[in-house]
Amino acid sequence: MIGAGVLRGMGVTFKTLLETYPWGRAILRTLQIPVTDGIFTIPYPETKQQHPERFRYFPFLVYDGTPDNLRCVACKICEQECPPQSIHIVMEKDEQGRPVKAHGRTLPKQFDVDMSICMSCRICVDVCPFDAIEMDNEYELSASDRYEHMIFDKHKLLKSAEYFQKIKPTEAATVDQRLAAKKAKTASPTGDKPSQPSGP
Amino acid sequence: MELKAGISPTIETQQLEVNLGPQHPSTHGVFRMIATLDGETIVKLKPVMGYLHRNHEQIGERITYIGSFPFTDRLDYFCAMSNNFGLALAIEQLGGIQASERGEYLRVIMAELTRLVNHTAVIGFLLNDMGAFGTPLLYAFREREKILDLFEAASGSRMMCNYVRPGGVREDVPEGWLERTRAIVNAFPRFLDEFEKLLTENEIVQQRCKHVGVLSKELAMNASVTGPMLRASGVNYDIRKVDGYSIYPRFTFRVPLGTVGDVYDRYYVRILEMRESLKILEQALKGIPGGPAISPKGQAIGKAPRTFRPPKGAAYGRIEAPKGELGFYLVSDGSPQPYRYHVRAPSFVNLTVLEDLCIGHKVADVIIILGSVDIVMGEVDR
Amino acid sequence: MNSLDQLFVNANAFLLGLLPVWARPWISILVRLSVIAVLAPAIMMYLTWIERKIIARMQNRFGPDRVGVYGLAQPLADGLKMLIKEDIVPRGADRLLHLAAPILSVVPAILLFAVLPFGRNMIPADLNVGLLYFFAVSSVGSYAIFMGGWASRSKFSILGAMRSVAQIISYEVPGVLSVVAVIMVTGTLSTAGIVEAQAERWFLFTPWGFVGCLMFFLSGVAEVNRTPFDMPEAESELVAGFHTEYSGMKFALWYMAEFLESFAVCAFTVTFFLGGWHAPAVPFWTLALLLAIIVGAGTRLAIPVRGAGVLAMLGAGALWGAQPIPSWIWFFAKTYALIFVLVWLRGTLPRLRIDQLMGLAWKFFLPLGLVNILAAGLWTQFPFPLGTAAAALLLIIAGWLLVRANAPQSLQPQRVYVFAD
Repeated sequence: MIGAGVLRGMGVTFKTLLETYPWGRAILRTLQIPVTDGIFTIPYPETKQQHPERFRYFPFLVYDGTPDNLRCVACKICEQECPPQSIHIVMEKDEQGRPVKAHGRTLPKQFDVDMSICMSCRICVDVCPFDAIEMDNEYELSASDRYEHMIFDKHKLLKSAEYFQKIKPTEAATVDQRLAAKKAKTASPTGDKPSQPSGP
Repeated sequence: MELKAGISPTIETQQLEVNLGPQHPSTHGVFRMIATLDGETIVKLKPVMGYLHRNHEQIGERITYIGSFPFTDRLDYFCAMSNNFGLALAIEQLGGIQASERGEYLRVIMAELTRLVNHTAVIGFLLNDMGAFGTPLLYAFREREKILDLFEAASGSRMMCNYVRPGGVREDVPEGWLERTRAIVNAFPRFLDEFEKLLTENEIVQQRCKHVGVLSKELAMNASVTGPMLRASGVNYDIRKVDGYSIYPRFTFRVPLGTVGDVYDRYYVRILEMRESLKILEQALKGIPGGPAISPKGQAIGKAPRTFRPPKGAAYGRIEAPKGELGFYLVSDGSPQPYRYHVRAPSFVNLTVLEDLCIGHKVADVIIILGSVDIVMGEVDR
Repeated sequence: MNSLDQLFVNANAFLLGLLPVWARPWISILVRLSVIAVLAPAIMMYLTWIERKIIARMQNRFGPDRVGVYGLAQPLADGLKMLIKEDIVPRGADRLLHLAAPILSVVPAILLFAVLPFGRNMIPADLNVGLLYFFAVSSVGSYAIFMGGWASRSKFSILGAMRSVAQIISYEVPGVLSVVAVIMVTGTLSTAGIVEAQAERWFLFTPWGFVGCLMFFLSGVAEVNRTPFDMPEAESELVAGFHTEYSGMKFALWYMAEFLESFAVCAFTVTFFLGGWHAPAVPFWTLALLLAIIVGAGTRLAIPVRGAGVLAMLGAGALWGAQPIPSWIWFFAKTYALIFVLVWLRGTLPRLRIDQLMGLAWKFFLPLGLVNILAAGLWTQFPFPLGTAAAALLLIIAGWLLVRANAPQSLQPQRVYVFAD
């Protein structure tokens, strides 16, 4: 019968219309028509979607305890591997050009990530041998100026290990385990490090 | 005008050249068609592409094999997972890497979920091209969102997943993920039924789609069209069956074939294909083993991409991407970067028959023919 | 009850009574004009809101909900935005016509309100040729559309405009033919007279009226370029059709014309076939009873639900019988019900192709309209059971034949799909 298909289609849209109202859902339920979820959009600024733990946005640098105790040793592996080349690292050096060490490690003097280029691929995290860079889940970063606001320098990137544990508990636990194992293996006798890796 | 007996009078009409695109609501991005119209009928149609060219292949030759993965996400941005899968297969061939068992299953699950995502969205866009006010599209997106949530839980990103790696997947799926996937896969047929109720027998859809843009078997094969478009023309060619890559030979599924090769067949073959994908997903979710999600060699490459120096040689990894045969051709010269990196993009190849499909049809048909070809400009222009 | 029904009429009469006699006709015209001038934009603004809200709900969305409660101030915000937007006229466009076209399209849309009987004794101008006036004025819109398309100097605009002219002219024919039956039966061209004639029975409940109503409504939908007949502005093909090159307030005027005309189509369908401002008379009692019986017998429902349904139906029947609802509320309720159908169509259906659309008008609606006139003749010539049966039979046979003759190849039975292993 010509027209039946159109009417059936209109039935589908009308059912969806009913589904979005509580009373409509009640009617559908009494008629024993299966009801789906109804409205699926989220009124964004008021309610925000719950992101899964693995949700990744832009990278950040992890420090243990105090902000000067970076895990990063400025080895430049991430800079090299970053597919869109959004990372720029300069190692801290003294006048003779020798690397300065703090807490027994070299450290970056400059660590910039251009967030307008970064494509959140997580390769820097994968390749980092020191677990010094991790993915953040902060996503409301809109800014008006590309150079002023979207190039994150070292200070903007630094976040504590506790923060990392808070946003990604499972991943942080494995990272901490790995760091602890590494530390136990290469336990240096000098022991001039006041801080220790935090975590369980 | 002088009319002679026996010669029918013809009306002299002026042809009109219309530029559809690059900025046009339904050219699926920045595609441009220079259409010559006689009234509303297409006499000539010249596709112009390249507006979204991003140097993908050249970039691939300048960075490590692993470094190309995030860029493949951006080829066909609806099917990031299967794009990753194709490149991973090529690299595995090149480096002789064996994937872990669980990794293979996860990749197949991801690839088939991607097929669901792509086909629902394509049908939604096709209906939008047909003039529906977004309703089928938003129904498609509603279901797509659920699958994207799964992708996000597994890989951390909804669309730019960068998840599949040579040797398996980057990291194992989180706890409870397989159960969630099972629930979504089980609920999906009901959505498909409703979707079909809205569209399949709708008289307007049938009138618009049937016998429009008919692609003959011969032309399809000669133009090396692949994917649902080829199968809608009745050619039994599915790389999952023909090539049997990964662990596809273990699953039982059928390949739906069209008979006419028009827009309607292309639409309906996709619906049927989704139903078959659901079968694969059910089997894969039932049979998925434990163990590591990535083989040790694959993990080592992922950790240190520059240490991966495959032996000299070439490899071609291909998969049945939702849009057709997606192939990655890699030539290694023994260095960490590929010497040659080439993508055989299904959207691009399928687009070559566009003019043949469109000639003689109306302007409105061109739009839905283009919609049924299923292109993503990111893949066409690379 | 009667006072509520005649509230506006009495208010108007009271107001005019205060004035000197010589001023009354002038002020009367002024009052009517100002009512339309206020009503028309308000109707248009809230039509956009209704449409967006309903379609959003059909798509599992919220729709506008940011500005004001339930987004009720959204149309105001949109209007403001349109006002302060830059007005772009393409280079090479005919500036004068480009400006005149949207105005020319809004004016007839507003003029249509003049012959609308909003309620008992509530008609701005009871012309004795109201129906002709309706068709005459509504067809002016096609000039405006072609003017706008031509003046824009854009290929998309000109294609859209040409489609539009072809479509509007084609669909006027079945539109007029479907109303010819009404004129035959009522013997008047006055809209108020047509409504009066439906006091006992809405024309929808006659065989010819049913077919005529469908034809008139669908032709109207086509004439105001709405889905599934929105060829002239086919957004996915022609960007925006004839108003591609319009922006700012001129664009808003196009929209206003379109929405006002859709309102007018619904309102005139109500006037010609759905009893205008009349409350449903006798047939609705039977309908309510019938519904109550169906609901009462429904096995899918729980018993309390069934009981409540039966009570609601009987209550509705009683209410209709008593008719405490003012006539103008009936008019607007029916009109908005039709507008819901219009929006519903838009939320569900894709659009037809231009040749299919023209085929529908010339090959299906036109012959059916002619047969419908014959059916109306039969209906008036013979007494009740015979005339109705004959008309119904004639229309069913004609409809079946026309469907058979026009059935497109594409509506053949389901295709078979092969599965290869």
